[in-house]
Amino acid sequence: MPEISYRQAIKDALAEEIERDENVVIIGEEVAQYNGAYKVTEGLLERYGPKRIVDAPISEAGFIGMGIGASMLGVRPVMELMFWSFAYVAWDQMINNAGCVRYMSGGLINVPIVIRGPANGGTNVGATHSHTPENLIANMPGLKVVCPATPYDAKGLMKAAIRDNDPVYVMESTLLYGTTGEVPEEEYVIPLGKADIKKEGTDVTIVCHGPSVPVALTAAQVLEEEHNISAEVVDLRSIRPLDEETILESVKKTNRAVLVEENRPFCGVDAQIAYTIQNKAFDYLDAPIQRISTIDAPAIYSPALEPEQLPKASTVVEKVLGIM
Amino acid sequence: MSAKTTPKKRVKPESSNLAKEAKLPINKDLSKDELLGFYRDMVRIRRFEERSLRVYQQGKIGGFLHLYIGQESIAVGCASLMGDHDHMITAYRNHGHGLAVGMNMNECMAELLGKATGCSKGKGGSMHYFAPDKNYWGGHGIVGGQIPLGVGLAYGVKYKGNIGSAMAFMGDGAINQGAVHEAYNIAALWDLPAIFIIENNGYSMGTSQERSSSHPKEGLAARAEGYNMAWENINGESIFAIRDGVGRAIKRAHEESKPTILEIHTYRYQGHSVADANAKKYRTKEEIDDYRKNHDPLNVYRLYLLDSKIMSEDEMKVIDSEAKQEAEVAAQFADESPFPPVESITEDVYWEADNPDKRTSEGRLFFND
Repeated sequence: MPEISYRQAIKDALAEEIERDENVVIIGEEVAQYNGAYKVTEGLLERYGPKRIVDAPISEAGFIGMGIGASMLGVRPVMELMFWSFAYVAWDQMINNAGCVRYMSGGLINVPIVIRGPANGGTNVGATHSHTPENLIANMPGLKVVCPATPYDAKGLMKAAIRDNDPVYVMESTLLYGTTGEVPEEEYVIPLGKADIKKEGTDVTIVCHGPSVPVALTAAQVLEEEHNISAEVVDLRSIRPLDEETILESVKKTNRAVLVEENRPFCGVDAQIAYTIQNKAFDYLDAPIQRISTIDAPAIYSPALEPEQLPKASTVVEKVLGIM
Repeated sequence: MSAKTTPKKRVKPESSNLAKEAKLPINKDLSKDELLGFYRDMVRIRRFEERSLRVYQQGKIGGFLHLYIGQESIAVGCASLMGDHDHMITAYRNHGHGLAVGMNMNECMAELLGKATGCSKGKGGSMHYFAPDKNYWGGHGIVGGQIPLGVGLAYGVKYKGNIGSAMAFMGDGAINQGAVHEAYNIAALWDLPAIFIIENNGYSMGTSQERSSSHPKEGLAARAEGYNMAWENINGESIFAIRDGVGRAIKRAHEESKPTILEIHTYRYQGHSVADANAKKYRTKEEIDDYRKNHDPLNVYRLYLLDSKIMSEDEMKVIDSEAKQEAEVAAQFADESPFPPVESITEDVYWEADNPDKRTSEGRLFFND
């Protein structure tokens, strides 16, 4: 199987969907002539022309709202946010319009839109550019949100998102764009709402998503090599819809759960996961559920300190050791 | 740097002259049926709104109720110009537009009462009517938030290679929202067939135009100059003037795929919403009476039809009483309709959840336990 980058995997998904469906159009800041701020859309303008690959002015509320309106008429826009942090200037459009129109119309109107872009810290760009709002989106019924962590998942989930008839918000990571992994040449789609066991194990379940997946995998390796502990790493991939079954099956097997995410602790995604585990697998737990989140403050700039604020593999190891 | 003074009062257009405006090219070939149809639709909207006000006062309608009384000529005039690929979207003062495009009073009234038979099954309420089968895309609650959606409709029309337009309505209070200006820019930049229609009733809730907006002396639409966009001021008391101005904008959209901003001068007699207890504090009784007496679009049109002998007194009475009856029947229909069942709360959230046999995703969509 060929190894390609996470960036290339997303680009391949976009290209395949553009070719499959004439209603798919890519819109965003710098996506066309500039080839994408993070080069995800590099070369697509040349291949598909300006009708399918459209440069938008710096006007998130305007162009995201426009995409939502176009999707009501059956266009399938894939909107790029240069950073998910910029979503907040388009929040009314993304929440009130994309999230509520189907409901308020009694099901008469669908909004088949995809909004995608990176959502991660760790790049020393300060608080305004480091948000991870998947928990906020997941709090909005009507919206779906996925956080792929590998090239394989990024491609398969992106294709599913584009074909979905509901709004799907895809959160990528600038730190993952350059990472590589095996992606089959033949076509595949990964259903939204399906978690993936990134590493099998028997002693403890580590639940993670998005940028925290590599953190969890590093911790699992340390646990195995240095402490002889077999950790199972469950990558949620999709936050809403949520694959509770895979989480619960794993916890029932290992009897311990440690949850890692880049959200802040208060009302983070893992708050919901912890609730689910205690609610549906309480009798299987041999220890309290542990959480590792980003330290509860706006993202710090200082390059020396930012890695301390974000979830660290060493902290995950400590938390696991504390409940064994 | 020269300091420009902001106009202190909104510039009211000269009084209309329907006999003259009836001869404009877009109006001169209208049949008697069509002319009476406009009258019927305007009366229907007014009677519907009056009836809904009574239902509200009986305590049967929750939340807000923004009435369209005084502005009927705009929705009816614009709807009369719509073809297969012309679309409409508006804000929360949206009953008139819905009725004008052909929604029926029963579904509209039932929606106000939150009934299962409402146009949105009781899920939208007064501010959120939708009829996509009639190219009517709502009914939106956040001031100005619908304008980017309207530009998206125009984008969709163009993307699909159709000759059409999207009329995006807003009040004079919406013109200072950032999203509106972003939408203006995109429509002009990309040559989209969008028509921005400012229904200027003089007040953004309780704040008059002179207290809310800085603008060129020609008015609110003239801000279009900053976006290199066409614009026009229209006297809203004349349905013929509305058809003339909006018709030009539609032609521009259809033939050149270019946007337009229109400012249509109008007035509302009721408060911003029925709950607006201070409706008479921010304006004078004399002002309200003046509009009612001299500039009411329905009265002005009725007089024109009677004076020009297009409509007889008898025909008028029939139309009036039928509209009243229709509103009465709607109120009764709404009253007698069932409320939606509790299970319906989680319906119409996700397309997938409502179409389980076609679902492609897995996992949990709702989190109620």
